[in-house]
Amino acid sequence: MLARRILLRLLQAVPTLIGVAVLVFVLVRVVPGDPVAMMIPPGASPDDVRRLHALYGLDRSIPAQFALWAEQAVTGNFGISITTRQSVTGLILGRLPATLELVALATLIAVVLGVALAVLGTRRAGRAGEVAVDAFAGFALAVPDFLWGLAFIVGFGVLLPLLPISGRADPTQAIAASSGFILIESLARLRFAAAGDVLAHMLMPATALALPLAAMIARVLKASLAEQMGQDYALLARVKGFSPLHVIVAEALRNAAIPTVSLTGVQVTFLVGGTVLIERIFSYPGIGNLAIDAVINRDLPLIQGLIITFAVLFILINLALDLSYAALDPRLRRG
Amino acid sequence: MGLTRRELTRREVTRRGLVAGGVALGMGSMLVPARRAGADAGSVSIAYNVGLPSWDPTVGPSAVNPTIQAIYQSVFDQYVGQNPDLSFTPGLLEKWGWNAAGTEVWMDVRKAVVWHDGTPLTPEDVRWSLTRAGDPKSGNPIQFIWGNLSGFKIDGQRVTAQAKQFDPVLFKWMAFLTGYVLPRAYYEKVGPEGFEKKPVGTGPYMVDAYERNAFLRLKANPHYWGGKPAIDTVVFKFVTDASARVAEIESGASDVTLEIPYEEFDRLKKKPGLKGVTTPISDIGMIFITNVAPMLDENVRQAMVHAVDKKLLVDKLLRGYGVPIDTLEAPQYEAFDPSIRTPHDPKLAVEYLKKSGFSKSKPVKFTIQTTRGFKPKDYEMIQAIVGMWRNVGIHADIEVYEIAKHFELRMAHKLAPAAFYNWGNAIGDPTTSTGFAMFGPSPHSAWKTKDVDALIGPLWGERDEAKRIAGWKAVDRYVAEHALVLPLLQYVQPIVHKDTVKVVPSISGSLQPARFTRA
Repeated sequence: MLARRILLRLLQAVPTLIGVAVLVFVLVRVVPGDPVAMMIPPGASPDDVRRLHALYGLDRSIPAQFALWAEQAVTGNFGISITTRQSVTGLILGRLPATLELVALATLIAVVLGVALAVLGTRRAGRAGEVAVDAFAGFALAVPDFLWGLAFIVGFGVLLPLLPISGRADPTQAIAASSGFILIESLARLRFAAAGDVLAHMLMPATALALPLAAMIARVLKASLAEQMGQDYALLARVKGFSPLHVIVAEALRNAAIPTVSLTGVQVTFLVGGTVLIERIFSYPGIGNLAIDAVINRDLPLIQGLIITFAVLFILINLALDLSYAALDPRLRRG
Repeated sequence: MGLTRRELTRREVTRRGLVAGGVALGMGSMLVPARRAGADAGSVSIAYNVGLPSWDPTVGPSAVNPTIQAIYQSVFDQYVGQNPDLSFTPGLLEKWGWNAAGTEVWMDVRKAVVWHDGTPLTPEDVRWSLTRAGDPKSGNPIQFIWGNLSGFKIDGQRVTAQAKQFDPVLFKWMAFLTGYVLPRAYYEKVGPEGFEKKPVGTGPYMVDAYERNAFLRLKANPHYWGGKPAIDTVVFKFVTDASARVAEIESGASDVTLEIPYEEFDRLKKKPGLKGVTTPISDIGMIFITNVAPMLDENVRQAMVHAVDKKLLVDKLLRGYGVPIDTLEAPQYEAFDPSIRTPHDPKLAVEYLKKSGFSKSKPVKFTIQTTRGFKPKDYEMIQAIVGMWRNVGIHADIEVYEIAKHFELRMAHKLAPAAFYNWGNAIGDPTTSTGFAMFGPSPHSAWKTKDVDALIGPLWGERDEAKRIAGWKAVDRYVAEHALVLPLLQYVQPIVHKDTVKVVPSISGSLQPARFTRA
């Protein structure tokens, strides 16, 4: 049943991906910015310009270029990057683990912090604690993630230099990793010093990404918890003598979680988009940073490959979200 | 179902304890203050302003990116070297020249040079590199220069080649974009992808580790023909965000950084332990004038030029970090002529406009295009210039575009009547400044008229060097007298470094770690 459901969702995603591919392909070719114009040096003649257009296949019609690209793309080959002259698929797969680890850590921080704030706010309802939680959530929401990033750089990178400002790991040290998931691999191989170094590099960008999402989770979950705490089962638990914290965590939290999970899933997709700026600010070598370079250099094959990758990520996150609903709400498991 | 405490075996308790302890240690190491750069006396970290897209310095867009050349020049050697003052010096060629007829070039390849993989550099490497660069299929953007050579012959250390035409700048290009010697045997063995993974050059540094968009770690080449560099390990951190570069140097995480806002440069250089150095570089800010209405009216162009107070722009917007210029030749270029002047004279500008019936109440109108944030204060500078123009009777609307659009429009000769741009010329020759910016057939020129082309045309193949330079000065004078372009300023490169490192800036803008020493 579950496998069929997953398969169905994946099949539904195919037209979406085709639509995205066509749209992106046409858009990146009609917006101003010729990649060949970016690289012609002083003294190049119109013949040189034509030669470079032909070299990169840009002299063909857009439908002809798309047909060629689509033929390769169905086999997972997104062509060759104009800037680096390397396989787009290889470039993206090489950077994707860094972004996935960053997004995963940011989501973890957001969920832990958001839930903690919501529980604290519910526990301290009507008192100064709730006001403080609401104020923090409001502030965290009002400040965009890239500003948090810059504030962290000044705070914990310069004034109180506790954490590294740029990169994914200390460039003077060699971190041996056979996969791109160097944090997960370091932890799995019990290389804690390496894991600590990688985590130190990720902490500021991940927290900057996480704070607005944590604030959103805190607000929605707190509202849901307040509603659940007024339900009969919660009142009964209180009458039975359970502490308010126990009732919140053990009784109300699960029932209050569904709208929060829904919101988190949607927001995580935005969080993936947020990596573009955050990775740039922290010089973090993920696909967000790669995307900015691709756009600056008008590297059309790389832009296309990256947008398809982002689209696939969004689809997979939404699929995971649907499945998590079923896990949380038994009624949905029966369809 | 999880294990209960009773169900845990001693072994599991020990294992979990070890893991927990390890995690605690790892977390603890996170909170130890971030490692200071240069803690190791033989290491220098540079917070660098661009990344490195590709390791092949002869193909693709990165091959013509001037800022990336510093990295290439650390790992590879050029045919001809260049000193910080733009003068030329032997590189992998010890001597070079043309035959008397100007139909053949000869190049003496340096002896006793080894590639980073230990194999010797041979004249065949030079022949292969030049042949490959001249092959239209190679993707070398400068192919039109290298394609001039063919019929290579090797005799001992000497390589000769036939030239289709005499080119007075050919050997200068050998110290410029794509002028690098690559190892034939190694490249053919590993292929382009293998070369990207493990590049091999003859340069002062060898690649130790490289992570795209993150960092590059280099180790000094102990067998370098020019002597082992003073700094053993150099780390280029690719920090493309200027505020992050400021934070890198201020926090001590990097030893050197460059291309930061001038306000930050002035602040940082006063901090204990940091020093600042500025150098005028071979990069100028200018306004292209396109030969369309209303620019076909010389009075309008003259008014545009004379209304702009370049010194004020430099002093107020760039905090004095810039050199006002009147031609496309910066003072360090070969054809620079200080006698060519286009002084700020708003009254004269008003008179010029009056001749064509324009005034403050009846201004001439056109669009000026500019980038925003591509160069220091570019948009602000154009705003100020538009204000200066308004005071004499010119009403210009500002259109902001991306640099990619500028290139596309310029190539198609569709720029607005006025368009701001910056022009680099690291070899300082007039062909690569005035020549390509003003010669009509060039895809880079905006003013395309036969009178200018007639002046420039004969200079491309001029064999008398003194006559050639004098010819270019005459072109610059003609261009200035007829206000065919509006040169603004020569940019200044700000570099901040720790006082423990001695940095040698270069007019080309190429910050080469091989020139670093310990202070």
